[in-house]
Amino acid sequence: MDDPQPQVGAAVPAPGHSSSADDADGAQATSTVQASLSTLLADDLDRGFEAMVDATRDRLFSGILRLVGDRATADDLTQDTYVLAYRALRDWPATRRQELRVHGWLWTIARNVVRSHHRRRGRRPAVTDGPPPEAPDDRAVRELEAGAERADSDRDWARRLGRLSPSQREAVVLRHVVGLTYPEIAAAVERPPATVRSDVHRGLRALRAVLDEEERE
Amino acid sequence: MTASEDPELAPTAARLAQSRTVAPDGLADDVLVATAVADGFATWPSPIGDLVVAFSPAGVLAVRRAEEREALARDHERRTGRRLLQVRAAPPALRRRVDRALATGRLGDLDVPLADVTPFQRAVLTTTASIPPGEVRPYAWVAREIGRPGATRAVGTALARNPAPVLIPCHRVVRRDGRIGAYALGTDAKRTLLLAEGLDVDRLEADAAAGRRWLGSTTTGVVCHPTCRHARRIAEPHRRWFASARAATDAGFRPCAVCRPLP
Repeated sequence: MDDPQPQVGAAVPAPGHSSSADDADGAQATSTVQASLSTLLADDLDRGFEAMVDATRDRLFSGILRLVGDRATADDLTQDTYVLAYRALRDWPATRRQELRVHGWLWTIARNVVRSHHRRRGRRPAVTDGPPPEAPDDRAVRELEAGAERADSDRDWARRLGRLSPSQREAVVLRHVVGLTYPEIAAAVERPPATVRSDVHRGLRALRAVLDEEERE
Repeated sequence: MTASEDPELAPTAARLAQSRTVAPDGLADDVLVATAVADGFATWPSPIGDLVVAFSPAGVLAVRRAEEREALARDHERRTGRRLLQVRAAPPALRRRVDRALATGRLGDLDVPLADVTPFQRAVLTTTASIPPGEVRPYAWVAREIGRPGATRAVGTALARNPAPVLIPCHRVVRRDGRIGAYALGTDAKRTLLLAEGLDVDRLEADAAAGRRWLGSTTTGVVCHPTCRHARRIAEPHRRWFASARAATDAGFRPCAVCRPLP
C-alpha cells in the first residue's frame, strides 16, 4: 500500500509538486499561468473567466471534495464558487482584474462557500461515518461505472481527513491537493504563514499516523 | 519555499496529492450557463418524444426535438454569436415553469422572450399562445385577431417559424376546412399533441368535412367554434350546426365573446 519512495538523488518532489504526471508547475510556472489568466480576465472577462474555470476546476473541485467528503456536494459548491467569482469579477474594473492572483482568490471564495455549507448542515466536514448519500440516479450510476474503487477512495479520504483538526485538514488540503503556496494559503485562511506551516506539518504527521494505523489493520 | 518541510513526510504529502481528481464532466458548462457566459439547453419529455429547450436568464429561447440538439446549438450560435451548452439539470425555477407549462398547456409565468422575430410574427405567436389547451382555431382566426384579416398565408408562415413549438401552441391552429394542416414538427406530431390535450381530432375533421364547422346553442343564441369550452357544454337537443359563422349570424345567432368565431 505504500507509495514508492522518491529516488535518492532526484529532487525530492516538494509537497504540492507531486509526482503525478499532470503537475507541471514550479512556483514560477504557476505564477506565469496566473499572470496570463489575469491578463485575459482584464481584456475579455467572459473568455478569461472560461479560461480560469478550465485552469482551476480540477484542483478546486478536488480540494472542496476532500473537505466536504462527497462528490455531489463538492460539485454544487464548486459551481457556487465560480458563480460568486464571476459576479465579483464583473463588478471590478479591468485594472483590478489584471492584478488578481487567481488561485488564492478563488480559494477565499471556496472557503466561505464550504463554511456556509457546514453551518447550514450543522455538521463537521468529513465525518468518520462516511459522506452523506449522493444525489440520486446519474451521479450514482457514474460513480458505479467508474468503479467502486473510486467511491471507496472518497470515503477513505473523508475518514482519514476527518481525524485531523479542522485547521490542519484545511492546511494540508490547500497545500497538497489544491497546491497553493504558503503565502496564498495564509491569505486565504487569514492566519500567519508560520501558523500555516505548522498546521501543514502537524496535519501531515497526523495523516501519516492514520495511514500507518490503516496499514496495520 | 519547501526547505523547511520535513522530507520524512514527503510520501504522505505525495499520497494526499495523488488523491487529486478531475472535476466532473459538465461542471464547467453548467458554470458557464449559470453565469450567462453561454446559453443553455436541457431535455424534457413530451407526448411527441423528448424535446430540448434552449434558455437564457431571459427565459425560453427555442424548442426542438431532442434529436436536433446539435442543429439547435449551431443555429443558435450562428444567429446570436453565443454558445449553447447542454446543462446537466435546468435551473430549478425554469424547470418548474417548463414542467407546469407542458403539464397545463399554458405558458403561465414562463417567459418566452421572442427576441428575434418580426412584430408580425410576435403578434401571431402571442395570439396563438392564448388558445386554450384542448381547443383549436383556424389560421384565418389568428389573422383576424391581429388585425390582418387577409394575411392567412403569412400567419401559416409565421407559425411554421415558431421558435418554441409545443410551448407556444401552434399545433392548435388548423385549417378552416377542418383538416388539421401542416406542422413544423410533422403532421403526426400535431395530431398527437391535440389528442394528448383531449381533443377528438377525428371527429373534428369529420364534422368539418361534413359542413359542421360552427356550433350554436339554441338556448343562448350564441355560436362558437366547436372546440370552445362553451360549445362543448351545449346539450345535444340544443346544438345547431352551421357551415359558416355568417350563416349563424344570418340565423340570428351572435358570436361567442370568448372564441370569437369568424364571419
